[in-house]
Amino acid sequence: MPEWNKPLPTISGETKPYWDHCRRGELLIQKCDKCEEYQFYPRGICANCWSNDIQWVTASGKGTVWTFTVTYQNGTPGFADEVPYVLALVELEEGVRMFTNIVDCNPRSVSIGMPVEVTFVRATDQISVPYFKPAA
Amino acid sequence: MIAQNRAGGYGHAQAVSHQSGEEVSVSMVDLKHAAAIVGIHEHVTRYAPDKSELQIQGESVIKALEDAGLTKQDVDGLLTASSSARNTGLNLADYLNMYPRFVDNTTVGGGSFEFHLSHALNAIVAGRLNCAVITYSSLARSGSVSVGTGGVARFGHPRLEPSPDSFEELYGLTTVGLYAMIAQRHMHLYGTTSEQLAEIAVAVRHHASMNPEALFRNPITVEDVVNSRVISSPLHLPDCCVITDGGGAVVVASAEVARNCRHQPVWVLGAGEAVAHQGAGKRDLMYIAAHQSHGPAFGMAGVTHQDIDMAMIYDSFTITVLETLEDLGFCKKGEGGDFVSGGRLRIGGELPINTDGGGLSSNHPGMRGIFLLLEATRQLRHEFDGTPRQVADCNIALCHGTGGALGSRHSGGTVILGRD
Repeated sequence: MPEWNKPLPTISGETKPYWDHCRRGELLIQKCDKCEEYQFYPRGICANCWSNDIQWVTASGKGTVWTFTVTYQNGTPGFADEVPYVLALVELEEGVRMFTNIVDCNPRSVSIGMPVEVTFVRATDQISVPYFKPAA
Repeated sequence: MIAQNRAGGYGHAQAVSHQSGEEVSVSMVDLKHAAAIVGIHEHVTRYAPDKSELQIQGESVIKALEDAGLTKQDVDGLLTASSSARNTGLNLADYLNMYPRFVDNTTVGGGSFEFHLSHALNAIVAGRLNCAVITYSSLARSGSVSVGTGGVARFGHPRLEPSPDSFEELYGLTTVGLYAMIAQRHMHLYGTTSEQLAEIAVAVRHHASMNPEALFRNPITVEDVVNSRVISSPLHLPDCCVITDGGGAVVVASAEVARNCRHQPVWVLGAGEAVAHQGAGKRDLMYIAAHQSHGPAFGMAGVTHQDIDMAMIYDSFTITVLETLEDLGFCKKGEGGDFVSGGRLRIGGELPINTDGGGLSSNHPGMRGIFLLLEATRQLRHEFDGTPRQVADCNIALCHGTGGALGSRHSGGTVILGRD
């Protein structure tokens, strides 16, 4: 396996469960016990009602492409040799959107509304990165 | 100081609420004719590897005060923004050997300088400021800064951990990509075309052809744009701003100071500011900060869209202009593609924009908001009278600065300027 040369996330108390579960192939999002709203990215308070009754829940891992761009130019190590790649915002079934890459397909085949599902790539012993691929 | 406010008293204005866009009534002080732009200077360099950022700022401040007919002793406020963390108002005051009683480092991306003008207005009305300089410089070009196509889209700012950068950087976000995603969805929802976006680049280049300082001055066509290289789909190279060095300064003063300046004052008639972001993964990103900031600005100024003679619209990318025109209310959401077509944005058209050639063709040193104020002031002074660059009967101008990225998080500052 080639050495990972893309940016890596910093794991904090606030976000550790997310990355722990990514390593096990599970995508977690947060839900507020008080107002029942989902949120992404993970944080220590409810972004809607500001309560701290936040629960981690396992997302279905299914969603649709909300928007995307095929990136043809990025001089940053790790991406420079990967162009063209698809940067996307995927809307999960639970209703929150997250940045990702659409992988395992021809970049030119990606379209808005396309059904996708999560797939994980091991970057280091600590970090597996959630990507999305066309739904089976 | 408030007694010097010619309009005086408390006004009652219409504003647009935070998210819904519904009109709500808010009470606000009528600030018209309380503060004016009285001096300007653009450091016309587009490439200055032999200068420091502070030197460009210093030279710009001196020239802008000369333009105003004021001196160092008249200045009691300093406002600046920089993507290099150390280049703050403190260091600038040190370099200039000044002791301002009002300092503002608000740094919210390219539109920071529209925020600065708004804040200077507030401080003048509060009696805490008589005369301030807003200044900026950057060596983005000679420093080889990837303003648009770097891998992490942090605009030179330090990494913000654990959020949001840990959830974004690993996917290769670029600045252009974060705008391209909005363009892609605009096309999907409303049928907007690459040709329509190209109309913006073509109109702005036409204006650049009249500006001897502009980086690119050769006219281009819609075909040139759509046949050029795609940087991040659907945006082509000419849909993206240039990268240059440069800087400038704006002198803003109270009505009392403005009366004794060399040029007739360019009044700050109205101002509004806003931010927009992911909204915990749920906000409709197709509405940008201009949707929130324009209501207060128009309300304060007491003018309508029909009163705007020209507009300086932050043009980091063509889609920025299209989204901004929609969300400022010049046309309905989704109708921007038609609105920007047919020469409407050219001098002589219904709403001339970016008459200096904009960021798309003239200059874009990292952040461009200060140049919006500079060109609007030139137009309102009728500085180009007798030449094709002058917008006829230019009495009221609008500037809208956007900073950050439409696809992730950004700021928007609207200011409306007018001459007597």
